[in-house]
Amino acid sequence: MATTFALRNFGLASDKAAQATSEGAWVRWSLIAVAVLFLGVFLFMPLAVVFASALAKGVSVYFAALREPDALAAIRLTLIAAGIAVPMNLIFGVAAAWAIGKFEFVGKSFLVTLIDLPFSVSPVVSGLIYVLIFGLQGVLGPWLAAHDVKIIFAVPGIVLATVFVTFPFVARELIPLVQAQGNEEEEAALTLGASGWQTFFRVTLPNIKWGLLYGVILCNARAMGEFGAVSVVSGHIRGRTNTMPLHIEILYNEYQFAPAFAVASLLALLALVTLLAKSIVEWKSRQQTKQQELFAARQTGTTASSTLITSPGAKAA
Amino acid sequence: MAVRLKQRSVLPGFGLSLGFTVLYLSLIVLIPLSATFVKASSLTWPRFWHVVTAPRAIASYELSFGASAIAAGINLIFGLIVAWVLVRYTFPGKRIFDSLVDLPFALPTAVAGIALTAIYSANGWIGHYLQPFGIKAAYSRLGVVIALTFTGLPFVVRTVQPVLEDLDKEMEEAAASLGADRWQTITRVLLPAIFPAAVTGVTMAFARAVGEYGSVVFISGNMPMRTEITPLLIITKLEQYDYAGATAIAVVMLVVSFVMLLAINLVQAWSGRRMKTSGASDLALGET
Repeated sequence: MATTFALRNFGLASDKAAQATSEGAWVRWSLIAVAVLFLGVFLFMPLAVVFASALAKGVSVYFAALREPDALAAIRLTLIAAGIAVPMNLIFGVAAAWAIGKFEFVGKSFLVTLIDLPFSVSPVVSGLIYVLIFGLQGVLGPWLAAHDVKIIFAVPGIVLATVFVTFPFVARELIPLVQAQGNEEEEAALTLGASGWQTFFRVTLPNIKWGLLYGVILCNARAMGEFGAVSVVSGHIRGRTNTMPLHIEILYNEYQFAPAFAVASLLALLALVTLLAKSIVEWKSRQQTKQQELFAARQTGTTASSTLITSPGAKAA
Repeated sequence: MAVRLKQRSVLPGFGLSLGFTVLYLSLIVLIPLSATFVKASSLTWPRFWHVVTAPRAIASYELSFGASAIAAGINLIFGLIVAWVLVRYTFPGKRIFDSLVDLPFALPTAVAGIALTAIYSANGWIGHYLQPFGIKAAYSRLGVVIALTFTGLPFVVRTVQPVLEDLDKEMEEAAASLGADRWQTITRVLLPAIFPAAVTGVTMAFARAVGEYGSVVFISGNMPMRTEITPLLIITKLEQYDYAGATAIAVVMLVVSFVMLLAINLVQAWSGRRMKTSGASDLALGET
């Protein structure tokens, strides 16, 4: 009698516990439905409409839009701008990560905040600041005009604006990573007689390579897709100062929807490749961390603390 | 005793790397930004005030801030649901949805702009269902909110997700064993734990939305006083060769973004104190 009562009581308690730490099936499935519907409408649908509209007039119109001279010029300019901006910000990102991640100095957190600054500036303002310096009305404008140097409404302005908007990408991926890595391995290498550069290329770089790649991928996606900042400095000269996003805008405003979406589909494809690359890099860096942990565990006989885990996807601020 | 500006380290390259960092930062970011303030100072104060408080400017602030706030609110609610579903439940296609959350960071704003316009215009996939009800989604203020919701979508999800992942199930079990029902556990245990991260995410989404241009200009219709956002007003003034006017409005936007940046840093410092969870502030304003 007493046993059955206890058992029944126990059964009730565990039922109650299950109820209290998870939701009922219908709550679960309706939450999943809400999330899927929201993401479907806001993410899947825009992607789908780009490709559907691009191919709406048929495959021949699609490829004709991409082979058109103005489109090719826009693609070339986009590649040039990204090809200059990404390496510049990569070198900066590595230098900043080394200085900030490996050394302690006064004003460090202020410096980090300043590096993030371009992210919080509106793209339009990012373009405007260069117009105010290099434009005809700008600080250096008269001097540049006298020496026949064109920056605004020309390629250099587009490159500058692209560099500005993609400025923090590599740095902010690398700084926390370098910080978390610590100095011990580099110190060991130096003690064993390696030079500074050797230490960097043989010790530091292999440790941060996935984060670096991730930063470069994001930097590139933004560099190729930037619209507002580039729009302000470009002057929209067809075939000369139009990047792909600006070319899309012109076609769209001329009601050439299928060609506009055709060029847009290239950028959408780039976005998808970026997301895929991001997933792969995250997975690879998790693998690397696991291996390092395993190694550390074998060395010390204890499991490495989970606080050491640093992947591009989950890192300390 | 001399103040030591730098702690001693055996690693080389401090001078070189810091010097390059500061030089590059100054050339690309700091000097151009300060030029804006120099340029703005060529305006007299009454003239500056007149430009930045003109009715058309005020209307654009109201739209930019109002729509950004509404979009951030929508992203708060749905971002929490999406983060929860992605962390706690399993369903087919979950991994695809998870990686697609970052799409607004990766998709160029101009592409997002024309795609959203195509969906919500009167004959678009969603637009033609809304039209019979008299709802005009594209070329209206609603369109601005839709575009800004898209732009800010990843922020709340990506700030809350790692916190939810790190949260111990034991806390919930403890609450349950102490007699709390599920609703009490959610409101008293879970929500307080994810609250700081959610605040960070919402602030970032809002800050991003206020400056957004590309995804909005196509869908908004750009009617002065009605659907003209502040960044567009700057462009309009530039196209009319009103450089002083454009600079004045730009200074207002810059001051606002500095305040937002400060707010985000304060929120992060505060949430960092509230819970020592790493990863909560991963994306920051970045990847935009």
